[in-house]
Amino acid sequence: MKTFFWLIFLFTPVVLLPPKIIDPVAILQKVDANLTSRTRIMESSMVIYGRRANRTITSKVYAEGNDKAYTEYLSPEREKGTKMLKLGQMLWIYSPETDRTIQLSGHLLRQSVMGSDLSYEDMMEDRKLTDVYNAKQLGKEQMGNRSCVVLELNAKVNDVNYVKQKIWIDEERFVPLKQELYAKSGQLLKIVSMTDVKKVGVRWFPHKMNYKDALKNGQGTDFIILKIQFDAPIPTGIFSKAVLKR
Amino acid sequence: MITFLLKGMLRDKNRSLLPVLIVTIGVALTVLLSGYLRGVMDDVSDVNARFETGHVKIMTRAFAENKAQLPLDLALLGVDSLHKSLKKQFPNMSWVSRTRFGGILDVPDTFGNSRGQGPVFGIALDFLSKGTLEPERMNIPKSIVRGRLPQTLGEMLVGEDFAHKLKIKIGDQVTHFGSTMNGSMSFKNFVVTGTVRFGMAAMDKGTVLMDIQDAQAMLDMIDGTGELLGYSNKNIYDDASMQEVVHTFNNRQSLSDEFAPVMLTLKQQNNLGELIDYSTQMSGAYVFIFVLAMAVVLWNTGLLGGLRRYKEFGIRLALGEGKSHMYRTLILESVAVGFVGSVLGMLVGLSGVYYLQTYGLDISDMMENSAMLIPSIIRAKITPDLFIIGFVPGLLATTLGAMLSGIGIFKRQTASLFKELEV
Repeated sequence: MKTFFWLIFLFTPVVLLPPKIIDPVAILQKVDANLTSRTRIMESSMVIYGRRANRTITSKVYAEGNDKAYTEYLSPEREKGTKMLKLGQMLWIYSPETDRTIQLSGHLLRQSVMGSDLSYEDMMEDRKLTDVYNAKQLGKEQMGNRSCVVLELNAKVNDVNYVKQKIWIDEERFVPLKQELYAKSGQLLKIVSMTDVKKVGVRWFPHKMNYKDALKNGQGTDFIILKIQFDAPIPTGIFSKAVLKR
Repeated sequence: MITFLLKGMLRDKNRSLLPVLIVTIGVALTVLLSGYLRGVMDDVSDVNARFETGHVKIMTRAFAENKAQLPLDLALLGVDSLHKSLKKQFPNMSWVSRTRFGGILDVPDTFGNSRGQGPVFGIALDFLSKGTLEPERMNIPKSIVRGRLPQTLGEMLVGEDFAHKLKIKIGDQVTHFGSTMNGSMSFKNFVVTGTVRFGMAAMDKGTVLMDIQDAQAMLDMIDGTGELLGYSNKNIYDDASMQEVVHTFNNRQSLSDEFAPVMLTLKQQNNLGELIDYSTQMSGAYVFIFVLAMAVVLWNTGLLGGLRRYKEFGIRLALGEGKSHMYRTLILESVAVGFVGSVLGMLVGLSGVYYLQTYGLDISDMMENSAMLIPSIIRAKITPDLFIIGFVPGLLATTLGAMLSGIGIFKRQTASLFKELEV
């Protein structure tokens, strides 16, 4: 009996201790370390699920920091040769069919890219989460067989696409596995699910993302990374308008 | 007796002039309001039929469910074979493909960079087929402000105000940027051959017009169209016969396939059914209110006349005239008053309707931000039923008034007549 009480005495503090609070900012910093890089060269395919048919579009992206990105569409035939250049908040699109370069701005950036569930703004946003959001821990949840920390992110800057996010972060690999993106009104706009997390060099990176517009029916859009290189040298002159017509 | 009554009416202005004036004003107002309402509603449904709804319209089931969003990914495909079968099935109708879509029109500078751009609403129709009626149906030749209609592929018309805003000149090359029916980016260069102004705020904001073949290529919808519009060869919308066409067509289509075609009548689109029913009800309400108000006023006038003519009725009864005969003569008098008043009222009312039909009312200031297809100048319309709408209630009101006021005749006691008259 004495031993029993001793056991209770020994274990009670452990049971009553509140769950361990991890610093949400520290978590976001680790996520940023995984997801952001000085430069990035990536080949990807985008599977767009339509009501009549599905389409797959492949592209190659060169990106430097948050401000510069160049995308060239490789297939299918109709899209082949279409190029996009992002410099700061400016976005130009070149169409080989018309041999014209058109600049997109304002509300046009909120339009869908190639009929997908991604907007041009989604594509252009590449800032570190810690630069844009304040984080608050909501708890922990299991996503499949991964244990996740759930954070609520509230924007601390004005020029942000989604003022609020709920994000599920793998607490071991510090990679987001799910994001819910909200408008200022509290309306859920998009759900992003990340899978196929692989190690690339020293970082973990999801290789398949499903973007689902919460305001539309359907399966959303799968964004699949085929090849990715971090901090690789970018060919000179790629971030200039002249490259579009080349 | 008739001469007696006529002389009495003409010599006693209270029995003729006042009731005739009341009936004239009432009939004139009813005819004017009904003619105006009729004209506005006819204009609205005609404009909608020409520009948007057809007399009937075919879309896919899925497109029809979201038609306000113009979802091109749900557009009709296999249009050529559908067109042929429709021609065979409904030989008294003509069928045309139309596609409406949104996009951006980009105007380049001399170096090919964007000089200006703005959102546009595109309408693709048949400009180039031999004997096409589409430009006339949409009143495009008369709406051209500058330039000419497209004559070859790769040409387009632009809204005059939009062209003015972006400083687009005739012959300039512009690029339309938008999405294909699959959602891919679409770019196409066009030469602007002319500018148009339709006189409808909803159409003049940023409309571009191009040939349907250009749109099919640009939107990656070969042998496809957003909508297939049907027009009766009589060029008049007859709801009963169009409902029959719709019923026949829809009964042959699959209910389970969301891409199966579905047909709607003009009245089933753009809330036009409610609008047309509402205007018919309003027109009926005008007539009812007129008959009621006129009957009350004329009843009152008749009662006053009865009091004034109390002695006359007494003498006529004393002389042996029957009460029923006297009542009938009163009604006969009212019919004469009603007839004259209605004819005069019709003349005044129809003159007003004719004026509004010819010159119309300019409501463009009120319609600046409207998305409805309503002409900027609305006009009244003279229709045959206006003669019935004005004439019958005019007669009815006076007769009803006389019948109500004349009841007093039957309450007179013959036995006390001489005492009342004190002769």
